[in-house]
Amino acid sequence: MQDFGAAFGLAFQLVLSADPDLLEIIALSLRVSLTAVAVACIIGLPLGAALAIGRFRGRPALIILLNALMGLPPVVVGLMIYLLLSNAGPLGTFQLLYTPTAMIIAQTVLITPIVAALCREVVEQMHAEYDELFRSLCLSRMQMMTALLWDARYSLLTVGLAGFGRAVAEVGAVIIVGGNIDHLTRVMTTAIALETSKGNLALALALGIVLLTLALSVNAAVMSLRMTASRYAHA
Amino acid sequence: MPMPEQAATTLQTSSPSTPPALGEVHGLLYRAGGSNLIESIELVLDAKSLTVVMGPNGAGKSLLLRLMHGLLEPTAGEIRWGGRRLDDRVRARQAMVFQRPVLLRRSVAANLRFVLARQGKPSKAVIESLLAEVGLEHLIDQPARRLSGGEQQRLALARALALQPEVLFMDEPTASLDPAATASIEAIVRRAHERGVKIVFVTHDLGQARRLADDVVFLNKGRLVEHTSAERFFDQPESRQARQYLAGQLVLA
Repeated sequence: MQDFGAAFGLAFQLVLSADPDLLEIIALSLRVSLTAVAVACIIGLPLGAALAIGRFRGRPALIILLNALMGLPPVVVGLMIYLLLSNAGPLGTFQLLYTPTAMIIAQTVLITPIVAALCREVVEQMHAEYDELFRSLCLSRMQMMTALLWDARYSLLTVGLAGFGRAVAEVGAVIIVGGNIDHLTRVMTTAIALETSKGNLALALALGIVLLTLALSVNAAVMSLRMTASRYAHA
Repeated sequence: MPMPEQAATTLQTSSPSTPPALGEVHGLLYRAGGSNLIESIELVLDAKSLTVVMGPNGAGKSLLLRLMHGLLEPTAGEIRWGGRRLDDRVRARQAMVFQRPVLLRRSVAANLRFVLARQGKPSKAVIESLLAEVGLEHLIDQPARRLSGGEQQRLALARALALQPEVLFMDEPTASLDPAATASIEAIVRRAHERGVKIVFVTHDLGQARRLADDVVFLNKGRLVEHTSAERFFDQPESRQARQYLAGQLVLA
């Protein structure tokens, strides 16, 4: 139990001292996870919207698959990306293994299904309401998708946050493809794993507290943005 | 485009000089869940009149409207507007207002801009004049979903009129509105009709039907029972079902 008390003390100390190593780790964590969320949204939102309004054979199976992919085990994704990016792998020539780019790729693979599946859910509900109006207006599928994504934008912020939460908290994939190299690919979660294995439990816990605070701040920032913006835009 | 002659014989409105037919429905059948919800409907609507569709609950009024607008595919039968088969190009010249107004989660102006965009970039003046027509110009920048029920329906109506439709379908647009809001909707609809828009208006409200209708289409259990001029329908309905309905009785098959 002493560890907890010590950890909080240490966490405060770390943050207040603005330790350059810590700041570097925090910055990389944010860069990797936010980039992964952005890419996952660029792919996942149109995919989810298309699946929400599409009527084609195999759609139910695709939805089940997508929902199942939300539970992709990070280590498995990490391993697959490792195999793809390793020197012997098909993408080996790009020399991406053990770089932040590899970590972004792994996290993108991990959270794109989450973004797409949740987006599908949100857009499908809204489409049920708009469907007759849209058909009355003779809109094309593309126009429907854009209109729905725009009108669902505040709910989709939460979808993005779900993806970010998964990405920033994830350790299995980034440690495999990133390698937890100091000053290069070390992020919050891999640092915590390392300190834990070295027996520096207080430091590990302190980093954990910083990570939690970080996640909380991002969520708070996005939600307050959502509230202010939605107050002006719709009920 | 030539009109089939035999269609105009049986169910024509009783106006002295027969105006040209705009909408024609032949042998319309709509099946769902193993029963015929709409059956053997023959109907000719002229281009001028304000047509009110009436009938008890479950008579198929809303279904008929959706079929005539092409939101539902008929199981069998044919629907033509101005001689053309109902397709996207025909539907693009029609508009529909629903019982519950479906407004986008955007501002009042953006709701109009959304439909005006397909005729090019809409000017502020066009949006303002549309809103003035329905008395909402002071709410132009409000979020559409924050308006009252009556204001929302007026906005939905303005959006439908923004399409400059030939035909405007209205599916019980005032069913959940108070008398003042109802009156303002009716006034807008009447003005649109005077400008030459064909109106097909579904309502349960006898008073509203009396105020608005030129001709009445009376449905019961998915079948067309009668289609006559409003005058005739309210004074001397031809069918027993219509007499029961107007007397506020249970309509028996």
